[in-house]
Amino acid sequence: MWLSLFRGGVHPDGFKELSATEAIRQLPLPSQLNLPLRQHAGTESLPVVEVGETVLKGQLIGRAGRGLSAPLHAPTSGQITHIGPIVAAHPSGGNTRGITIEPDGKDTPLASMGWTGSGQHEISDSNALLEDKLQHIFAQAPEVLAKRLADAGIVGMGGASFPSAVKLSMASHQSINTLIINGGECEPYLTSDDRLMQERSQAIVLGARFIQHIIKAPAIAIVIEDNKSDAIAAMTIASADYEDIEVITVPTRYPMGSAKQMIQAVTKKEVPAGSRSTEVGVLVHNVATAHAIYQCLTENRPLISRIVTLSGGAIAQPQNVEALIGTPIRHLIEHGGGLKEAPSRLLMGGPMMGQIMPTDQAPLIKGAGGVLALLEKEINDTHRSPCIRCGRCVEACPMGLMPLEIANHSRAQNFEGAVDYGLADCLLCGSCAYICPSHIPLVHYFQYAKGEISRQKANQKRTDYTRELSANRRQRQEQEAAAKAAAKAAKAKRRKRKTEKTN
Amino acid sequence: MEESTISALSTSVLSTTVIPTLSTVSAILVLASMGLALGLILGYAAKVFRIDNDPVLDELSALMPGTHCGQCGYAGCSQAAEAIFKGAAAPTCCPPGGKQLAEAVASKLGISIDLAGMSDEVLLARIDSSQCTGCTRCYKACPTDAIVGANKQIHGVILAACTGCKNCEVACPENCIEMVPEAKILDSWYWPKPVAV
Repeated sequence: MWLSLFRGGVHPDGFKELSATEAIRQLPLPSQLNLPLRQHAGTESLPVVEVGETVLKGQLIGRAGRGLSAPLHAPTSGQITHIGPIVAAHPSGGNTRGITIEPDGKDTPLASMGWTGSGQHEISDSNALLEDKLQHIFAQAPEVLAKRLADAGIVGMGGASFPSAVKLSMASHQSINTLIINGGECEPYLTSDDRLMQERSQAIVLGARFIQHIIKAPAIAIVIEDNKSDAIAAMTIASADYEDIEVITVPTRYPMGSAKQMIQAVTKKEVPAGSRSTEVGVLVHNVATAHAIYQCLTENRPLISRIVTLSGGAIAQPQNVEALIGTPIRHLIEHGGGLKEAPSRLLMGGPMMGQIMPTDQAPLIKGAGGVLALLEKEINDTHRSPCIRCGRCVEACPMGLMPLEIANHSRAQNFEGAVDYGLADCLLCGSCAYICPSHIPLVHYFQYAKGEISRQKANQKRTDYTRELSANRRQRQEQEAAAKAAAKAAKAKRRKRKTEKTN
Repeated sequence: MEESTISALSTSVLSTTVIPTLSTVSAILVLASMGLALGLILGYAAKVFRIDNDPVLDELSALMPGTHCGQCGYAGCSQAAEAIFKGAAAPTCCPPGGKQLAEAVASKLGISIDLAGMSDEVLLARIDSSQCTGCTRCYKACPTDAIVGANKQIHGVILAACTGCKNCEVACPENCIEMVPEAKILDSWYWPKPVAV
């Protein structure tokens, strides 16, 4: 039962059957966890531990930095062995600042954390205890709950990694009609949200109720693509007791999981260019975020693990695992499926929007729903030919842009032209590059243009700053010279008067 | 065709053009007075809306670092911009601006330049603290106050304010200042331009 759709979009092959029937598994502890200090939108978190220190599971190891930021917690107990440059989960293969933990194998949680341990069960508390906890949580003020989420380092787990508490407190100042819980998961291969909805549906529903309590939204819509029938069934059962929760099935079409497209498909409202979804009275949170919020408020568990799909043609046994943040990709693949062939490309995230990982040493970060090891034939990177102006990219663009024109302007290094054609509104969803019969790397052009524009902006900012400094310096020098001249003149005058007096 | 017809035709043409009628006189008068009036307006507008500098020159000056470090050999950035504009100096003459500035200037002026000798990296000053004697000469030479320190104490560079003009490197009697490429961070990394088909 769907109402309307967004424009454009594509239907890539799903490949979800590879891992969709695999229940979430637990992984053995890796020998090392590398936690980048910045896994979220905003500034780096600041380390509060020292090398050699022993930490417990759930202990704060990095406090939130200035401005928009999120804290970081130890995913397991162990010793801090390194604070400094570590391999980043970044396509450049460069380093970033981070904290390395060597697990002691005991996985001892902090005493203050009231969780029951495993986290494997859907809801680990007995019903009476849970009832009691829920009463306590719903009695608390929204600001108190938002603060707890901020302290738990919870960020949007659908990919953008925006600190959830900030998103919630921004939304609580605006009137929200609908809270959308995003179970779209439109990226091919990924099934982590699908499995989460099937296995922990009640936790997601409670997480959604907590969010609803914080932002005071009258209704919740759990939106799921129609290719996940088991998840739809599970969520419908879990939310049956609540009249204000509706499970909405939407057709499978990429990029349904993008917030703006989902809002358009469900509410028929289009979010204006350059503004947030709260503008149209809707707030969107991912199902995995709702689950993390549930874990935080009922179990006092910070964001230290997530569900990840390990899939792709090179993986022997594609599956879904619950992995600790900071686990190296190599460990994930070795213990979660194994390789049957050497992969030609490693991806963090889905094949449409995921980031290429040049090394398997890169750590799992909070926003990554999948790790894919793809074969050459799955990449399909060859046979580029010139644009034939068929216009299919224009039809496919969910934002209503003209990808070929943006790419042409970017290629000619006319970045102003690219911005005029709406580069800033581009989601980098990859629909255009997917559909292009000439295999033109359109998204690559957009990424290049966006990078080039931000570099130019940074340069201009620096020039303005140094120019101001230089102007200040010259002004100061002039003042000093004037003061010196005045003092000299005064001295000469005094001397003259003195000589006149003696004469 | 007979000759008489041709001559008759030419006479008739001549007669219409040579003999002025009332309408032709008025047309000449109207057009002449319009020309005069518009000419006056144009002449007046040229005086009132006069632009002293070429706007391109202003745009060039805005692109320059504006710190007047003097590394290019001109008194300040606006003089250098003028020299580049007139063709007396190359767009590559500005060390703080580097390759990025040269590219921007060349595209603004629509000229092609040779960037072979220029590096992509932004150079920033670094003081070797083991050699610094605290003579204060470097920070006096710095056009952006990017060097801090006191007499007989080790100086340091505020990297955010350094333009890489090399004035301090020249001023340092201990040769303990060197220009090093700016440290690379992930935020400034982006995908390079795709290889064209």
